[in-house]
Amino acid sequence: MTSRTSAPPVRRRRISGVGLVLVAVYGILALAATGRSTVQILTDFSEAPLAYTLSAVAAVVYILATVALVARGVLWYRIAWITIAFELLFVLTVGTLSVVDAALFPRDTVWSYYGLGYLLVPLVLPVLGMLWLSRHRPGAEKVES
Amino acid sequence: MILWFTILQIAIAVLAGVLAVAVGLAKKPPSDLTLGGAALVGVLLIAQVVVAIVAPLSGNPPTGNPYEFWAYLISAVILPPVAILWALLERSNWSTVVVGVACLAIAIMLWRMYVIWTIQSA
Repeated sequence: MTSRTSAPPVRRRRISGVGLVLVAVYGILALAATGRSTVQILTDFSEAPLAYTLSAVAAVVYILATVALVARGVLWYRIAWITIAFELLFVLTVGTLSVVDAALFPRDTVWSYYGLGYLLVPLVLPVLGMLWLSRHRPGAEKVES
Repeated sequence: MILWFTILQIAIAVLAGVLAVAVGLAKKPPSDLTLGGAALVGVLLIAQVVVAIVAPLSGNPPTGNPYEFWAYLISAVILPPVAILWALLERSNWSTVVVGVACLAIAIMLWRMYVIWTIQSA
């Protein structure tokens, strides 16, 4: 076996280590949100247009965030910040609205009740995402084990 | 869906998930054990696809939206192969955690599927 500590391999991607887990969770949420919103919009959009539109927005945000976390460069880094900030803003806004005024969302979205239907993962994930991003600025890349 | 089979599936997915997350956090790269667990979860999901096709024909149709059910099931079936492939390409301890997270996500999806199949709030 080669020694891991003496000569760390040069990472070509921006993401590594625990960041991989973050990307995996974002990817799974993107998959779930896309499947759910596609079905909702195709089958009974008229029942809850606002909630279903939000589900679709959620799907797009999660897909963008997943890609932005993996892709390299300053631009993608900014996109990652924007999508993750947007995600936090929406989970808080929609979460609060769904508690205060349930009639506004006759059908659940990913973000209803702060993402309780997804075990609050949508609430926790953007915070972890922001922590990760602030520690991994492009240009100041560190190699993780 | 069949209750006992769903419970079995969720139990195995949770077990395989917790195991892989724990082994991964103990800084072990993916092993036959952790990947085998994910593979078992995957095989059971394929069995679930068969159940979901056959059950409505024998008088056990979904009470909820069948498209939503299938959206979850198809997403879940895709996850184990992707997670295993990822772990084989990138043999780091974090890949083991990723495999575990995928298994846990599948457990949640299975529970959602069962809710869609049996209990309808609206």
